[in-house]
Amino acid sequence: MKHLNKLTFGAIALSMLLSSGMNTEAREQISIVGSSTVFPFSASVAEEFGRAYGIRTPVVESTGTGGGLKLFCAGIGLEHPDITNASRRIKSSEFEKCQGNGIDMTEFVIGYDGIVIANANSAPQLNLTLGEIFSAVAAVVPGPKSTDDSCDLISNPNIKWSDIRSSLPAVKIEVLGPPPTSGTRDAFAELAMEGGSKSFKCLGALKITDSSAWKATVHGLREDGGWIDAGENDNLMVSKLDANPDAIGIFGYSFLDQNSDKIKGAIVDDVEPTFENIAAGEYTISRSLFFYVKKAHIGVVPGLKGFAQEFTSEDAYGEEGYLVDKGLIPLPAADRAKYSSAAKNMPKLEM
Amino acid sequence: MTNKKISALTKKRYSSEKRFKAYCIAALALAMAILFTLLSSITLNSLPAFTQTHITTDVYLDKNLLDPNNTNDLEAILREGPWRSLAKSSLREMVPGVNDRKEKRELYGLVSVIAGDSIKYYVKENPNDIGKKVQINIPSSDDIDLLTKGLIDRNLPEENRTVSNLQLKWLDQFIYEKRVSKRFAWKLFNHGDSREAEVAGLKGAIAGTLLTMFVTLIISFPIGVMTAVYLEEIAPKNRMTDFIEVNINNLAAVPSIVFGLLGLAVFIGYFGMPRSAPLVGGIVLALMTLPVIIIATRASLASIPPSIREAAYGVGASQLQVINHHVLPLAIPGILTGTIIGIARAAGETAPLLMIGMMAFIVDTPHKITDKATVMPAQIYMWANNPERSFESLTSAAILILLIILITMNALAIYLRKKYERKW
Repeated sequence: MKHLNKLTFGAIALSMLLSSGMNTEAREQISIVGSSTVFPFSASVAEEFGRAYGIRTPVVESTGTGGGLKLFCAGIGLEHPDITNASRRIKSSEFEKCQGNGIDMTEFVIGYDGIVIANANSAPQLNLTLGEIFSAVAAVVPGPKSTDDSCDLISNPNIKWSDIRSSLPAVKIEVLGPPPTSGTRDAFAELAMEGGSKSFKCLGALKITDSSAWKATVHGLREDGGWIDAGENDNLMVSKLDANPDAIGIFGYSFLDQNSDKIKGAIVDDVEPTFENIAAGEYTISRSLFFYVKKAHIGVVPGLKGFAQEFTSEDAYGEEGYLVDKGLIPLPAADRAKYSSAAKNMPKLEM
Repeated sequence: MTNKKISALTKKRYSSEKRFKAYCIAALALAMAILFTLLSSITLNSLPAFTQTHITTDVYLDKNLLDPNNTNDLEAILREGPWRSLAKSSLREMVPGVNDRKEKRELYGLVSVIAGDSIKYYVKENPNDIGKKVQINIPSSDDIDLLTKGLIDRNLPEENRTVSNLQLKWLDQFIYEKRVSKRFAWKLFNHGDSREAEVAGLKGAIAGTLLTMFVTLIISFPIGVMTAVYLEEIAPKNRMTDFIEVNINNLAAVPSIVFGLLGLAVFIGYFGMPRSAPLVGGIVLALMTLPVIIIATRASLASIPPSIREAAYGVGASQLQVINHHVLPLAIPGILTGTIIGIARAAGETAPLLMIGMMAFIVDTPHKITDKATVMPAQIYMWANNPERSFESLTSAAILILLIILITMNALAIYLRKKYERKW
């Protein structure tokens, strides 16, 4: 059984060899991290870019907006990503951290994403205001004793939609929404919940007197079963809605676009969540999508500038581009021209 | 006690025994039913993904167009040919009268975005056909694929489906002309990931899994076996070895995400190893597999009767000889079983790989352990999150393929055990 002996030692020698020779070698691929909302668009561009230019296809990781910016701002060097995607603008705290590490970046806006409130096609068409959405899912709402200046916050008493407005269907409030880790949740809290809270005057007064209490109140979602943390942009959610006509789901527009045979979007503040309405900025719950390019890596990582140009080409993010087929809502033509030229000059972002 | 009482007691004991048996059978039946439901639903969902709709397209491989300078250099033709526009113009010729920009877009939407590549591939295989009119099978777009499989209801109003009325009309014309066919979806195995469902395959993920498992095996197997041999055969039994043993058992119970955090902090952060690489993934999974191998090897060594060792010592063998010539060869079936099961578990793991960046969109197939790669379970997770409907069945297909690989590995473990196992 001598060969067994040699085999074992051979294996050990090989594993040592493996663990010794691992200096970071020059990277040929663009490395992209960031938002899971931008991920499908970024991946489409990466694939197209790799196919068209015959270079190694960029690698796209879905880390979430915050996680992506953290990795992006960690430093300059090939072990750090070159591009990060974001479903919100970079915060000033993140920007300062980036600057602290000597990182300059160029900002690109690629388009809009609407957040839709959808239910099954077999269910009645919902027509809600932001205030009604707030009343349906907030953990606490101003009670009947509230005055214009001070809120008497009570835990949400609305069990059925018809408790909010009698013409709404008399079914239990059951909203499936994105989990707290998701950028879609942040956007929903900022756009829908904050927007909805404006229909209560006393909450406006609270914002002035105690802004942190206001934020906790406005962003707090009910935990009594009315709001259910479900997946983010999940196909499972679509089938759940399809199976349960009483449930309402909250997700990105591209899922509505792809599943229009099963679900339909609620009309919010008298505006339907259609492509045209979101593009025109009339649909209230919509946000811009971004990506940031690390300036120091341009010229070091091959194709970085080319990738930005591909992303901002009319073939990609224009009105008839392939990203639009994937559910992206394009920017107005003037903005598109601005970012297309930014891809050539790579202006430094100042905040 | 009277006879009557005794017989009543016996009857009670018998019936309680019967009840117990019935409970056990019920538990088994429930477990089987759950397993059956799971497997059959995955299989049923995955079936559409194994076939792919193709549209037979008439293509005129015009020599003046493909090789304007008459170089006859096939490589240059393949590299520079206007494949994409050739695919588009071929479609336009099959459906005359499409001039409107919007209608053209709908027409091109019938076939996959890689239609040009299909033509290019055909020319590569049949270079003599340049200058001829040929029929090439081009994969349809994913929406057309869903429609021909009945997964999109064509009777829905136009705004509720992803295929337009015009596209339906053209598709019906193609079906009438017998141009539409369903073929086995080889792209599942010879294409990498893609955002287009009709192109997306598992080649990259399977290669990534193999590379990762290679690293895992090569690190965890020798270290695991050596550790177990030392602890079981050589080390004295004292507090120190007890302490080590307890810790190895604890290590086996550590949640896998913890190993991912360790990998991120130590291997990527401190040693500067590349992100998203099978190298780091393999090391992290090796740490996770190590305790499994150690425990299995120790159990297997312990089951060898002391008489074997004593007989070897009796004829004058040294400790090295006893271990290498007698104990280890006899323990090998158990060791291999433990290793294969450990590796199979590692192959189905996602959580630690999430931390080290292996959950990524990667099109190119990895060739080295330092290339960027993803693994099958990560690929399944990413596909499950894609909005396009076709990815639903693709996800199930990927799950099915992963399950088949894992079941094969487990079957191999059972086979090895049965074949080499010795009863004492």
